[in-house]
Amino acid sequence: MPRERVKREKLSIVKEKPRKETFYFDYSLLLVMMFLILFGLIMVYSASYYEAMTTASIGDPAYYVKKQASATVIGLIGMYVVYRIPYQTYRKLGYIPYILCYIVIFMIIPFGYEANGARRWIELGPIRFQAAEPVKLGMIVFFANFIYGYRKKLNSFKTMMIMLALTAPVSFLVWQLTENMSSALIIAAICVVMIFVASKDYKRFIALGVAAVAAAAGAVYFIVWMAENSGADSTGVRGERILAWLDLESYASGKGYQTLQALYAIGSGGIWGKGLGQSIQKLDFLPEAQNDMIFSIICEELGLFGGIAVILMFIILIWRMAIIASHAADLQGSMLVVGVMAHISVQVILNVAVVTNTIPNTGISLPFISYGGTSVCFLMVEMGLVFSVARGIRVTNYDE
Amino acid sequence: MFVRTYQKKKILFFAAASILVLFALLGRLIYLMAVEGDYYAQMATDLQERERDIKALRGRILDRNGVVLADNETVCTVSVIYNQIEDPERVIKVLCEELALDEEYVRTRVEKYSSRERIMSNVPKETGDRIRAYDLAGVKVDEDYKRYYPYSTLASKVLGFTGSDNQGILGLEVVYDEYLSGEDGKILTVTDASGIEIQEEGERRIEPVAGDDLIITIDANIQSYAEQLALQAYEAKEAENVMILVMNPNNGEIYACVNVPEFDLNNPFELTDLWAEKLDGGNTEDNLNTMWRNGIISDSYEPGSTFKIITAAAALEEDVVSLDEAFYCPGYVTVDDRRIRCARTTGHGTETFVTALQNSCNPVFVQIGLRLGVETYYNYFESFGLNTATGVDLPGESRTIVHKMEDMGNVELATMAFGQGFQITPIQLLTTVSSIINGGYRVTPHFAISAAGEEGETVFEYPVTEGIVSEETSAIMRELLESVVSEGGGKNGQVEGYRVGGKTATSQTLPRGNGKYIASFIGFAPADNPQVIAICIITHPQGTYYGGQICAPVIRQLFENILPYLEEKSYNAG
Repeated sequence: MPRERVKREKLSIVKEKPRKETFYFDYSLLLVMMFLILFGLIMVYSASYYEAMTTASIGDPAYYVKKQASATVIGLIGMYVVYRIPYQTYRKLGYIPYILCYIVIFMIIPFGYEANGARRWIELGPIRFQAAEPVKLGMIVFFANFIYGYRKKLNSFKTMMIMLALTAPVSFLVWQLTENMSSALIIAAICVVMIFVASKDYKRFIALGVAAVAAAAGAVYFIVWMAENSGADSTGVRGERILAWLDLESYASGKGYQTLQALYAIGSGGIWGKGLGQSIQKLDFLPEAQNDMIFSIICEELGLFGGIAVILMFIILIWRMAIIASHAADLQGSMLVVGVMAHISVQVILNVAVVTNTIPNTGISLPFISYGGTSVCFLMVEMGLVFSVARGIRVTNYDE
Repeated sequence: MFVRTYQKKKILFFAAASILVLFALLGRLIYLMAVEGDYYAQMATDLQERERDIKALRGRILDRNGVVLADNETVCTVSVIYNQIEDPERVIKVLCEELALDEEYVRTRVEKYSSRERIMSNVPKETGDRIRAYDLAGVKVDEDYKRYYPYSTLASKVLGFTGSDNQGILGLEVVYDEYLSGEDGKILTVTDASGIEIQEEGERRIEPVAGDDLIITIDANIQSYAEQLALQAYEAKEAENVMILVMNPNNGEIYACVNVPEFDLNNPFELTDLWAEKLDGGNTEDNLNTMWRNGIISDSYEPGSTFKIITAAAALEEDVVSLDEAFYCPGYVTVDDRRIRCARTTGHGTETFVTALQNSCNPVFVQIGLRLGVETYYNYFESFGLNTATGVDLPGESRTIVHKMEDMGNVELATMAFGQGFQITPIQLLTTVSSIINGGYRVTPHFAISAAGEEGETVFEYPVTEGIVSEETSAIMRELLESVVSEGGGKNGQVEGYRVGGKTATSQTLPRGNGKYIASFIGFAPADNPQVIAICIITHPQGTYYGGQICAPVIRQLFENILPYLEEKSYNAG
């Protein structure tokens, strides 16, 4: 039925001209995404081959890139399937995605798998995935439904509070149960952005934003004050990360090590970089070179030019999604795209900010590029949602 | 249900805000890469190339016949690389066991998140090989050199030792450090965090230049024999210390420089058993400094009667006495209002200048000294070089302690004439006596002959001062001193088949009357053409304390062995 309305409206504007109606498909978005994914595979290989080759238990230079490539293939299939399903179908699910989020989070208790000192993975037979990633997807789908359902009452304070109340426990559980504060923050950010876009109000959100910034600044001052009065040890692991952020070189062998190594890599790049594959910092100097810190390897190998190109790609991606969201056929579709857009932009911003030591170090991967099968799979499924929404946009071409 | 206009605005608002933030981050990136880039790039380069210094091999120290006195041995440095460790518990266990280290110590290092952490250096090669054999991921054993002294205590206070970075700390090791140390090389190959070279990066290599071998005047045979003799005397006389210095009087080459007790060059920071008996309080800094001290060069003493050689030479040079001039010794001599006693309290009676020297008669030398007068005597003291350092190539030479000329009266002059009231070092005394018997030129006592390495050879030259005394005076002094050994107080210094000259001394240490003595004997041979001169000093001997009785026999035994040996070697030929 939305289709017919579009037809009628357009027809009413230009009556005389012959017309041809097509499905809309955002090729430029697909192109940018595919570029980022293929570029990501190349960079994962470049950043990881040395570590993979020299780690006795792996021994295969292509180990990481192979795993990433197979995750990408699974992701592509998922993306296509999701693209083919009319997203309106999900409306019928109602609160089910929200409940599924809880189920996934609580699965960590019996099926949790620990790696690198954190219990973030769920292991089900041969499948192993990061618990937080499906939760991000689930919350986006759920909130799109919810906002669609409440479309008449979006401006009431009560609705906003209900939505925040729905977000908080999920975010809190992800933080506590999967020991993943970064993901908890991202989930909260995605939800808040969706609530923000849906409601007419600005003031409350500006107040919320100011309060969040003030709280963060207050926490930083408190930690610095603690460190000065009772020593750096009294501030705990997160406190030390913040102290290291403020003075990397004093924490060079501890919490500041990774970020400092990232800065070395970025600084070594210069304008044009050392050339693809030529990074030195990836030779075990920089931990997680193929993962959270991959952007610094991009800068080292491809220089300022490469770093700017990657960020521009993400800007195009975000802009295309903003266009799709604002032209979506309905509010649910629009909200789905807004959620995905929020997810990607928040993660890109935080990742680049961490790598350039603009904010304290916290483990956040660079979408599409960083190594991580779960992340790339679910991101592509989310992109499937975006393409599905884009498909709902009816475009009429008028022949001259 | 369309998307409302305000929602579209908000979508664009959010997208624009995100893009704005990304542009801000782009600005930050440009700042980091274009402005601070060089700084971080330099730090990165330092880090990436840091591991690959090639240590230069330190030059050896060889005695004059090529015997290696200081060498290098291969040792290992054990370190761990956090990123490569797979089984930290096993690594900790193995390292604790093999290196006999505290678990706590090893654990903090193994668990520290750094690119490379050193656990222990100077690990013996066998231990390093054993650790390598475990083939533990993340444990690196690198080979390195460490100074090694094959004869451990031989000439310890001459050779000195090196510190943990192979830098000289004491003795010749520090004086000739610039020759011995060589130049470290560098492989500017880029490495990974574990120090593994990256082939593709190519390498810029600066080869290390090995240190020069230092060839010294010491003769290991003479040195070790002299050490044995000194040790015997040290034990027999329960002395404070025994010093023997053997030198070529014609060129200042030192054949042996002994200070018993010596110390162990391979464990310089631990008191040896002999030193532990002497010193309380263990390996304190003060005790170690005492142990390392080379008394021959660093400690001055009142020489006593051996100094009569200098007074006699000055008197002959100034022509204030003739050899057959008669003197009378009543057992004392009065100077101004002070009575100075002779060693023989009953007096030597009538004697000539020659017999006075043989008898080591104080009153005669007091009179000769007074004949010279303060000014002349003092001028001789200075022109003989007694008031300047000998210039020996070891650190810490002590200066002469003597009255200023304007403070000297007759009493001071009188006591100086027979060797009291001032202090000089043993090496100063031996050097001055050498110049009196070698024909009248003052040599610089020294150890280093040459430093030879890849880039050629440096032959060290030492200043010689001519005209200290005349040839004639020198010849007379040789004869006089030979007669001291053949007929006078130095009889115990006689060596069958050789003509030996010499002079004894016994001086009471300050404060007088404490019953502590320093006994000494200077001998040289052959008396008519001296090829070797030696002094033996026994500090605070128990029992008999006369130089002629306890020191002369030491030099005799030394000469009995080394004179035939030196004839065979003919060190003067060159």
